[in-house]
Amino acid sequence: MKKVSAVTKEKSDTKSKPKRVIRRISTSYITTLDQKKQGAIRAGFGEALVEATKKDNNIRVLSADLTDSLKLTEFKNTYPKKFYQMGICEQNMMSAAAGMAHIGKIPFVCSYAVFSPGRNWDQLRVSVCYSNHNVKIIGGHAGLTTGPDGATHQALEDIAITRVLPNLSVVVPCDEEESRKATIAIAQKEGPCYLRLSREKSLNITNKKSPFKLGEANVLDEGLDVTIIACGIMLQFALRAREQLKKEGISAAVINMHTIKPLDVKTLLKYAKKTNAIVSCEEHQKIGGLGSAISEVLSQQYPTPLEIIGVENSFGESGSGYELLEAYKLGEKDIINAVKKVLKRKNK
Amino acid sequence: MNIVELQIQANEIRQSIIDMLYHAKSGHTAGALGMADIMTYLYFKEMKVNPKKPKLATRDLFFLSNGHTAPILYATLAHRGFFPIDELKTLRKLHSRLQGHPSVASHNSHDSLPGVENSGGPLGQGVSQAVGASAELKRSNSKRRVFCFVGDGELQEGMCWESFMFAHKEQTDNLVVIVDKNDIQIDGNPKEVLAFDNVHNKFTSFGFKVVDFDGNDMNQIHHVFEEIKKLSGKPICLLAKTTPGKGVSFMEGDYHWHGKAPNEEERKLALDELESQRILLEGKSEVKEK
Repeated sequence: MKKVSAVTKEKSDTKSKPKRVIRRISTSYITTLDQKKQGAIRAGFGEALVEATKKDNNIRVLSADLTDSLKLTEFKNTYPKKFYQMGICEQNMMSAAAGMAHIGKIPFVCSYAVFSPGRNWDQLRVSVCYSNHNVKIIGGHAGLTTGPDGATHQALEDIAITRVLPNLSVVVPCDEEESRKATIAIAQKEGPCYLRLSREKSLNITNKKSPFKLGEANVLDEGLDVTIIACGIMLQFALRAREQLKKEGISAAVINMHTIKPLDVKTLLKYAKKTNAIVSCEEHQKIGGLGSAISEVLSQQYPTPLEIIGVENSFGESGSGYELLEAYKLGEKDIINAVKKVLKRKNK
Repeated sequence: MNIVELQIQANEIRQSIIDMLYHAKSGHTAGALGMADIMTYLYFKEMKVNPKKPKLATRDLFFLSNGHTAPILYATLAHRGFFPIDELKTLRKLHSRLQGHPSVASHNSHDSLPGVENSGGPLGQGVSQAVGASAELKRSNSKRRVFCFVGDGELQEGMCWESFMFAHKEQTDNLVVIVDKNDIQIDGNPKEVLAFDNVHNKFTSFGFKVVDFDGNDMNQIHHVFEEIKKLSGKPICLLAKTTPGKGVSFMEGDYHWHGKAPNEEERKLALDELESQRILLEGKSEVKEK
């Protein structure tokens, strides 16, 4: 634990209020926020799959004609007998995987999120989740940052339609290294899991030493005024927003909620009680995603002012990935505004 | 078991179907009765299964894709000894292991039923699971075989044909897809509902070896299952022409019985008719023994 700074609003307050100490939680996170240090979330996944298969002979990979795009070429070449080219047949891919899981295999079903779990949700629901089969669903090209392909290919609803299913875990890694860890973790966890991957390169936030455990949120920065909870590539903007807010004397905790289901309710409530104001960030519809999951817990257990950063009940459009995030009010600036708004509500 | 013994067994399974559907007060009668002869043959003659060890890793697999015909699967499993016949009366009741459509996993509300290999109901998914399992078994040079029942109306689901393309590609000659060609679906005849015809040619062009036969004739069933053992290199499709409601004259061929259960009077009529058929079969069996 390393003290980064101690902020005090007004000197006269220091006697009556506890000392405002902000800690950066751990040196196991890269904290320079250097734009150049980027990695591909997809690449972390593809490499980890090969690594995981060295340890577990039962892993199988099913690809619906998107082998290279999902970084499965290395796996295909290394383990040709464990690799299934399924063609453009996402529905069959999902149920066929369930059949393989039924005889003890661990199939990874790989496509773009709009197709899987989008197109084959019924197969996911019955063949996989109701049957509680050990199938891993990999939804690539999720979110607005899918970019130029436009709305048809930008999954903004996949968290909503997966987290509603019993037995299914939902995981959204924030960067290349975390994607690697998440892949290995879901391979080892018995039961159906959905892993959501973004296409765009993102800032390397975590490193080999960073902790990762399914269902356990990671607190990246401590803070006293507000808690910013983000998943996936939105985490980098949450961290940047935090730096800006610090300059304005606002102390924000930042939490990486990489597992959306099961949600780490304990950490969520701890920070709701500590900061009494929360901002959630996701590259997904506001309806049904991380923000919804958080509000379901808070409204029932500890009502806390919450602002949700996400897409406002609309489809996306063509554009470059990060340009779209700004256009749809998912940027660093929007997080800062949301923090100020939630603080006003808190202090009413 | 010889042919007559198999016929008697199928008859007893039919009687159980009538009884359990009467107790459940809802469910699908016609298809279940029509499939009874083939299901009896599979579980009492053809498949390697062990009711005492339902999860044995060397067993053959049976996937019920037309999951609404669950009563035939349950009745067959019970008569084969996977669970007590008396439990059939719990069909569709709260917390029963005999769900309206089969459930392969245990849940907080109910346990899974021994012998059930897939959760089924939404059509097309069972056949796809069967193909997935058979592809993996084929690649690993396993001797296990995979059987799957699919309804003829069910073949209208696009994913069935996705899975058949995959079976063709993987050359799953360990897979036997049995089409229950009974010419009924909820809204009528498949030919009228969706101009769905030429099933034989459709399967042939998808790379299957196709065999047509009478799915209610135990002699033909026996002959077909013996013949297909000699084949290799292609997945197999058995086009079984069956009579919906088979064995109960007032149900036979009437699509209204697709999704209906018998009331008390209908149950008695059906059981009386089936019992008289059984007595006739017993007579044949005794003549043979003499």
